[in-house]
Amino acid sequence: MANANALSIQNLTKTYANGFQALKGISLEVREGDFYALLGPNGAGKSTTIGIICSLVTKTSGKVRIFDTDIDRDFSSAKRLIGLVPQEFNFNVFEPVEEILVNQAGYFGIDRRTAFARAEQYLKQLGLWDKRREQARDLSGGMKRRLMIARALVHRPRLLILDEPTAGVDIEIRRSMWQFLTELNRSGTTIILTTHYLEEAENLCRTIGIIDEGELVENTTMKRLLNELQTETFVLDLKAPLQEAPDIRQHCLRLVDDTTLEAEITRDCSINFLFDELTRRGIEVLSMRNKTNRLEQLFVHIVEENNRARKF
Amino acid sequence: MTLGEKYVALKTIFIKEVLRFARIWVQTIVPPVITISLYFIIFGNLIGSQIGDMEGFRYMDYIVPGLIMMAVITNSYANVVSSFYGTKFHHHIEEMLVSPLPYYLIVLGFVAGGIARGLTVGIAVTGVSMFFTDLSFHNPGILISTVFLTSALFALAGLLNGIFAKSFDDISIIPTFVLTPLTYLGGVFYSIHMLPGFWQNVSRVNPILYMVNTFRYGFLGVSDLSIGLSYAIIIGFILVLYSWAIYLLRSGYGIRR
Ligand SMILES: Nc1ncnc2c1ncn2[C@@H]1O[C@H](COP(=O)(O)OP(=O)(O)OP(=O)(O)O)[C@@H](O)[C@H]1O
Ligand SMILES: [Mg+2]
Repeated sequence: MANANALSIQNLTKTYANGFQALKGISLEVREGDFYALLGPNGAGKSTTIGIICSLVTKTSGKVRIFDTDIDRDFSSAKRLIGLVPQEFNFNVFEPVEEILVNQAGYFGIDRRTAFARAEQYLKQLGLWDKRREQARDLSGGMKRRLMIARALVHRPRLLILDEPTAGVDIEIRRSMWQFLTELNRSGTTIILTTHYLEEAENLCRTIGIIDEGELVENTTMKRLLNELQTETFVLDLKAPLQEAPDIRQHCLRLVDDTTLEAEITRDCSINFLFDELTRRGIEVLSMRNKTNRLEQLFVHIVEENNRARKF
Repeated sequence: MTLGEKYVALKTIFIKEVLRFARIWVQTIVPPVITISLYFIIFGNLIGSQIGDMEGFRYMDYIVPGLIMMAVITNSYANVVSSFYGTKFHHHIEEMLVSPLPYYLIVLGFVAGGIARGLTVGIAVTGVSMFFTDLSFHNPGILISTVFLTSALFALAGLLNGIFAKSFDDISIIPTFVLTPLTYLGGVFYSIHMLPGFWQNVSRVNPILYMVNTFRYGFLGVSDLSIGLSYAIIIGFILVLYSWAIYLLRSGYGIRR
């Protein structure tokens, strides 16, 4: 079973009522147990894809299977296996937090006693137990996101889909969410996540799919993708100011201001060499960091390539 | 879903619907009771005492069943149309769509909520009417079944209105331009025997006339029309509206993109 697919999509298309084609034939597979990042610029079609999987959007054509179940055959059974954290808040803000969870469980046919127990478990895990009697509108934005995660879990889905769960969530809470999701994934839940924070995708996900303008333009493992990165740019903070960038063979160096140096390093070249050269010239480096997140660099590259390909 | 799960799911929607109107009872229960009480006072007591008998009953006694029915119809309808449209408008419907709930349970849940509101208001209004008249209950079986079925019918009609509605304006158009006129012309305030022959026949295409008459028969034992035909019409409408609602939801109309 470990090799089974949690999700498989074939030639999925969607044309909205206004004639706009949001998906132009997407095929992808997510293995059971995977932590999958579905990335893409605004309007790429991520939420549309997720909407179809969860029955919020009607597909135009194509096939969707959730584990062994074809949604055209038995959507009802398929839905039991999925938990959705949507991009937009969609709970009733006048309902108390606990009631939202218990009702959601109720729609899945889970009796009230069990529903209350599950609500307690997930509200505690997500740090919302103190707020259980409050109306949802009185929660902060980050708490509302966590409420939606708790709600998506009450029926214990095997596949959890999160559409930008960390949008507008502060760093501390985001980190605790990451930890929570990592543990959930480790305990066997397959997770699909969309996000615009690529650092998040890089930290959490093992597999990655990039959608652009309704097409899947990349679908590979995080490791393989990062290996494709040809150059990396580092920013070095210098101890003493420089007049001009040192000229070092193989490295493209650029002075940003008199104490900040940018170095573009190709993959086949060692960083040691750069430091040896700098030391030789008496240039002392205080700290060093990546200029951009590695995945971000790739992402921008892939999407640009795709746009260029489309123009010609 | 197993039968037990379906029961839990239906109960969940029903309780949620009841809590919704119960929490805002000042807006949902009190106003219709006040309105109908004013009808009792003005038409029944003040004007009614000048009118004399209608079909052998005091005018007040004659109109009470119709007024109760009017309250039930309006409130069953209003509850479902506003609740369903709100659920759709604010996307809460998605909570149901992502669950394995079959569409007919969504329909039954909302309709049950509408019936609960209709009957709650109906009972409250009946209680108030006791101050103005001594109600007799000629045939409680007919009385209860008619009011229940009528309430279900208009809850379904409200649901359809909610499914079709694209804006908040759309949820008040039908009640204002269709429901209210049909109710007023549905023999609440008069017996159709008072109308000239032509208008009597026109009135007969108004389904509300049959409900009001049958309900009144349950209280007073008199009806302008056949009771059997009334049941057939009410049940016929229920079946048509129910199937239509299921069909629309299944096709995703108004709820899925
Ligand atoms: N109901 C709709 N009717 C018409 N077009 C729509 C509808 N919903 C979405 N679209 C269009 O479909 C495209 C894909 O939208 P979608 O919400 O799937 O993007 P996304 O990848 O989730 O973007 P974001 O990162 O901004 O959330 C967009 O161009 C959007 O304008
Ligand atoms: Mg989106």
